[in-house]
Amino acid sequence: MTEPKEAGLPEREELFTLYRDMVRIRLFEEACPRLYSQGKIGGFLHLYSGQEAVGVGVAHALRQDDYMIGAYREHGLLLARGSRPHEVMAELFGRQTGCSHGKGGSMHLFDVDRRFMGGYGIVGGHLPLAVGIGYSILYQEGDQVVVCLFGDGATNQGVFHEAMNMAALYHVPVVFVCENNGYGIGTSVRRASAVEELYKKSCAYQTPGVKVDGMNVLTVLQAVSEAVVRAREGGGPTYIEALTYRFRGHSISDPGTYRSEQERRLWKERDPIPRLAALMTTQGLATQEELAAVDAEEKALLAEAIHFAEESPDPPREELWQDIYAEPWPAVILPEKGTIPHG
Amino acid sequence: MAEITCREALNQALAEEMERDPRVFILGEDVGLYEGSFKVTRGLLARFGEKRVVDTPIAEAGIVGLACGAAMVGLRPVPELMTVNFAIVALDQIMNHVAKVRYMFGGQVEVPLVIRAPGGGGNQLGAQHSHSLEPLFMHCPGLRVVAPSVPADAKGLLKSAIRCRDPVIFLEHEGLYGVKGEVPEGEHLVQLGQADIKRPGRDVTLIAVSRMVYVCLEAAEMLAGRGIAAEVVDLRCLNPLDMATVIASVRRTHRAVTVEESWLTGGWGGEVAVRIMEAAFDELDAPVLRVGGADVPMPYNHELEKAAIPDAEAVCRRVEELF
Repeated sequence: MTEPKEAGLPEREELFTLYRDMVRIRLFEEACPRLYSQGKIGGFLHLYSGQEAVGVGVAHALRQDDYMIGAYREHGLLLARGSRPHEVMAELFGRQTGCSHGKGGSMHLFDVDRRFMGGYGIVGGHLPLAVGIGYSILYQEGDQVVVCLFGDGATNQGVFHEAMNMAALYHVPVVFVCENNGYGIGTSVRRASAVEELYKKSCAYQTPGVKVDGMNVLTVLQAVSEAVVRAREGGGPTYIEALTYRFRGHSISDPGTYRSEQERRLWKERDPIPRLAALMTTQGLATQEELAAVDAEEKALLAEAIHFAEESPDPPREELWQDIYAEPWPAVILPEKGTIPHG
Repeated sequence: MAEITCREALNQALAEEMERDPRVFILGEDVGLYEGSFKVTRGLLARFGEKRVVDTPIAEAGIVGLACGAAMVGLRPVPELMTVNFAIVALDQIMNHVAKVRYMFGGQVEVPLVIRAPGGGGNQLGAQHSHSLEPLFMHCPGLRVVAPSVPADAKGLLKSAIRCRDPVIFLEHEGLYGVKGEVPEGEHLVQLGQADIKRPGRDVTLIAVSRMVYVCLEAAEMLAGRGIAAEVVDLRCLNPLDMATVIASVRRTHRAVTVEESWLTGGWGGEVAVRIMEAAFDELDAPVLRVGGADVPMPYNHELEKAAIPDAEAVCRRVEELF
């Protein structure tokens, strides 16, 4: 394991952006349960509250032309990447204006303009896709990087090992970021993984393994930045384990009772948002008033986003049959009595 | 026209498309140095280099997933899975990722890749190396399913599949790699989704793909001796499925039998048979009948294996029930 060096403090302006992005995610996520209980959001809903420092730290280590790809707890990743809360919320509402046009929902957000290559609902399933994106970068002799985020549970899937092996073998510019929040749904890491310190799993692939405090956005930013530089310069993949915690249950239907009050309280004390705020104020880089102003602006933006989602139309019924195929062959070529609904 | 094998036709298709489009690359287990378990990729590593002919670990999900990611950002991967049975190992990648990402992300991304997978029985390879799984892939929206029978189609369909913007699973029959046939010189494309009448006839339509086309042609020959003129329709693709050609044929013959190597239960024959009845019931002089592989894991013993795979005699028996 290599611990990143002590984080130097970024510029004041960047600290404000980091703070703003984390607040944006927290407000967004904390609004979701209410909208869910009102029936405006359906399906599964995996909230990111508590893990903001990871997504925001990752996104700020990247260039616009780099790629991100994630699993199903990815609202915060898109927001950190710069997608508007409007399109993200509209997607949770299943609306046509949503970032996946209402076809994806909470677990399948996508933003081609920001090179966010999707949220995926099969644990570990997107890891080889990240390797493929990395292979494509090498193939086209680019210098972009892919950051692939996944949870601790994914590291027990076979496909994790296939992806890690191929990434190292082909030396692709992929940074694997494991968001270890301690639980795969309700099963703790120590009951699911023979190796509890997940960064150690990278040693089987001669890939640098880094453990970072996932509740500190600056530490994450620094570790990912170092890995990104290495990947960009042809140094191949890095595997980062960010120790973090989700303040809510696995999904909206999970009260999270398998976790003790004491455990929750301890992690709450490490909440990355007040932590950054305290750093900024004690260093004299921000006042309480300035931070409160950011909070207020973000609340207003969220209200706007919810309004946008509410006002947006459902996709038209014809959308059911759109986007299955790029090339417009009818799924069934029927002469005359072509009335059966096979698309 | 040159007479070449299916294996050579496929190799030509790969080489020509790699030559034409620098985004096309192939990857898979032993496709490079070893030149492919069935030698379809012979000579390609020497010609195109390691970047475009990628030997992979034995990791089917990794292979297909890597191809999927690469396709999403602009390349045209042609992954080879050593046999279609191994495609099951990668089924999550094929069905949950490759087939779905375009739709579930609202059309923002395309997955133009061709998964080549040999399959089919008849070589005493036992239950885990011998199956025909066309219906499995046909069942899944988002995937194009192609299964050629003759060398000319193998070349023309593979070239079209590589140019297609949708994901294609390209099923090759291991028993057909050595079959020879005439293949047009130069650029030769066969449009995906167009069935082909391999033998005209007026009394009954036999509908098949891949190796069963040959079984049907043999059956048609036998039936001709018994005074029955069978028309053999080679679907060539199961998605898109060219029902227009099938129905037009049934309107001429008024009888139909589907012939597939895949397991009969849940096979594509049932789908085609029902679609004929939905669209052209009044044209039928008899029920549509099916011939299919026995619903058993493929046995090793040669005689048992033969009994599990449809032959021309089985097709003839079924046809005779229609008269």
